[in-house]
Amino acid sequence: MANQLSNNETMKEGADRYKAGVLPYKKMGYWQPDYQVKDTDLLAMFRITPHAGSDPEEIAAAVAGESSTATWTVVWTDRLTACEMYRAKAYRVEQVPNTGEGTKIEAQYFAYIAYELDLFEGGSIANLTASIIGNVFGMKAVKALRLEDMRIPVAYLKTFQGPATGVIVERERLDKFGRPLLGATTKPKLGLSGRNYGRVVYEGLKGGLDFMKDDENINSQSFMHWRDRFLYCMDAVNKASAATGEVKGHYLNVTAGTMEEMYKRAEFAKQLGSVIIMIDLVIGYTAIQSMALWARQNDMILHLHRAGNSTYSRQKNHGMNFRVICKWMRMAGVDHIHAGTVVGKLEGDPMMIRGFYDTLLDDHTPQQLEKGLFFEQDWASLNKCMPVASGGIHAGQMHQLLTYLGDDVVLQFGGGTIGHPQGIQAGAVANRVALETMVMARNEGRDIWNEGPQILQDAAKWCGPLRAAIDTWKDITFNYESTDTADFVPTATTSF
Amino acid sequence: MMTNPNGIVTQGQFSFLPPLTDTQITAQIKYALSRGWALSVEYTDDPHPRNTYWEMFGAPMFDLKDPAGILMEVNNCRKTFPNHYIRVMAFSSVRGVESPTMSYIVNRPKNEPGFGLVRQETDGRNIRYTIHSYATDKPEGERY
Repeated sequence: MANQLSNNETMKEGADRYKAGVLPYKKMGYWQPDYQVKDTDLLAMFRITPHAGSDPEEIAAAVAGESSTATWTVVWTDRLTACEMYRAKAYRVEQVPNTGEGTKIEAQYFAYIAYELDLFEGGSIANLTASIIGNVFGMKAVKALRLEDMRIPVAYLKTFQGPATGVIVERERLDKFGRPLLGATTKPKLGLSGRNYGRVVYEGLKGGLDFMKDDENINSQSFMHWRDRFLYCMDAVNKASAATGEVKGHYLNVTAGTMEEMYKRAEFAKQLGSVIIMIDLVIGYTAIQSMALWARQNDMILHLHRAGNSTYSRQKNHGMNFRVICKWMRMAGVDHIHAGTVVGKLEGDPMMIRGFYDTLLDDHTPQQLEKGLFFEQDWASLNKCMPVASGGIHAGQMHQLLTYLGDDVVLQFGGGTIGHPQGIQAGAVANRVALETMVMARNEGRDIWNEGPQILQDAAKWCGPLRAAIDTWKDITFNYESTDTADFVPTATTSF
Repeated sequence: MMTNPNGIVTQGQFSFLPPLTDTQITAQIKYALSRGWALSVEYTDDPHPRNTYWEMFGAPMFDLKDPAGILMEVNNCRKTFPNHYIRVMAFSSVRGVESPTMSYIVNRPKNEPGFGLVRQETDGRNIRYTIHSYATDKPEGERY
């Protein structure tokens, strides 16, 4: 489809181009089907739902225009600049499989757009996003719009710090190798006093978890002010560390109303010897980058809770895919990000989630349409960001979790630890035994996908807490259909 | 006597499982070799959680690909230091990792006294924490 147009239908030239008035975006130079993508270009791919009867190429050109240099009418001042270079170029449009005539979904199109590197300020997610998602999502001309993926050129990646610590150094600091890390979110998430809250932290860590965690909305409320929480939690962390001989941590959430307050809380966490602090996605891209710089300066692991993301990442036709957030957050410099569980209570198609994990962890991700990875991405030695799986998971799913998510992940069993019938320590033991048993079995070459339930049953014969966990949650699954699914399906699928 | 659910130091990949048999140790060695990792054996009588550098029982065995040979090194170390902590480690030299990839304990002292937590009260409610290993009150080599 893309190459059916000849060049003279795409762009007017010279005086003709700059005559006052309104021109279609295609004719203003924002549609260039012959454009040769450069290695230094930033690429974006949007899912476009045009109004019935409108030309998808024109809409793609409009998105390119409005996310770069265009306004609604011709301006002669373009001619004072190297405007042809600054224009983003829509260079490919193709219909999304299984949409349009003969399907239940109205026609959607994938639009590929190339952006000149000089359009963007180095080291600024805010500047990047102000262009790419700043204006275009409200355009009347397009019925719905979703940013599906981006290819960030190496030259641009090199202007970002990247994860403050990274997966490799995090493991070295924690002295934990060759297995997923284990965590839990303190529950109930609201209402506990600092002293009671620290009790949950202590029990979970002493029982065998590596991390405990504040929830996204635990900041400094009337029932527990932040300094109380930090003081009690760090007593719990250090006491559990002494009781087990292991490095332990609690993600102290420093999210606050101002940067000044966040720095103050982060400094206190450092003073108390915490290995990790936490922020929420809702603090904004610039605040996240600032905290990542602080974390690098202060030898701190930086955990990011993706609070708020589903407001724009869940619906398939509008907003932005979470894989784009993963890319931006790896650039912005966080060390942990919640990226889905596949089997838990929150949204997640297995292949899509694998795509998020690859985006966070790989040195280089090839194009893999079945995982929703539309572009090859070289990560230019940027540190790796640890994915966190949290929400409705329990020990009985360990074989599935390890198969889907691999070793480089924090498995967070909040309810699955604290809700254990024999207590929090027993809940932690159940999870740790299930994890170590499954890692050992996998390394021994056993088929854990199929033998997993039996492997857990065998361990439950000598581990009472695991027995109780399996009996309590044996039938709990969250089988709802995902909304964010692949548009391309590999021809042969085996295990997932 | 440590009061955690296992009563022992729980560092490493498999400390929550029953002590590993030679067959189990060998299976893990084979897994590491299959991934191209080099194995090494390390021992210590100072298991502080932040004691990174345990003593090396020889350099990592970059050129030894025979699981039985590596198990022999593990058992030589156990014979030499029967009452020390001993761990098997694997190292990846792949760009992007270049770090340990496995670590599991294969020997430990008969009695593990563990650690005390020293709290130094400072300004306000602030406390500075020190994790103190009871065993290290004695000199090296006389601890367990």
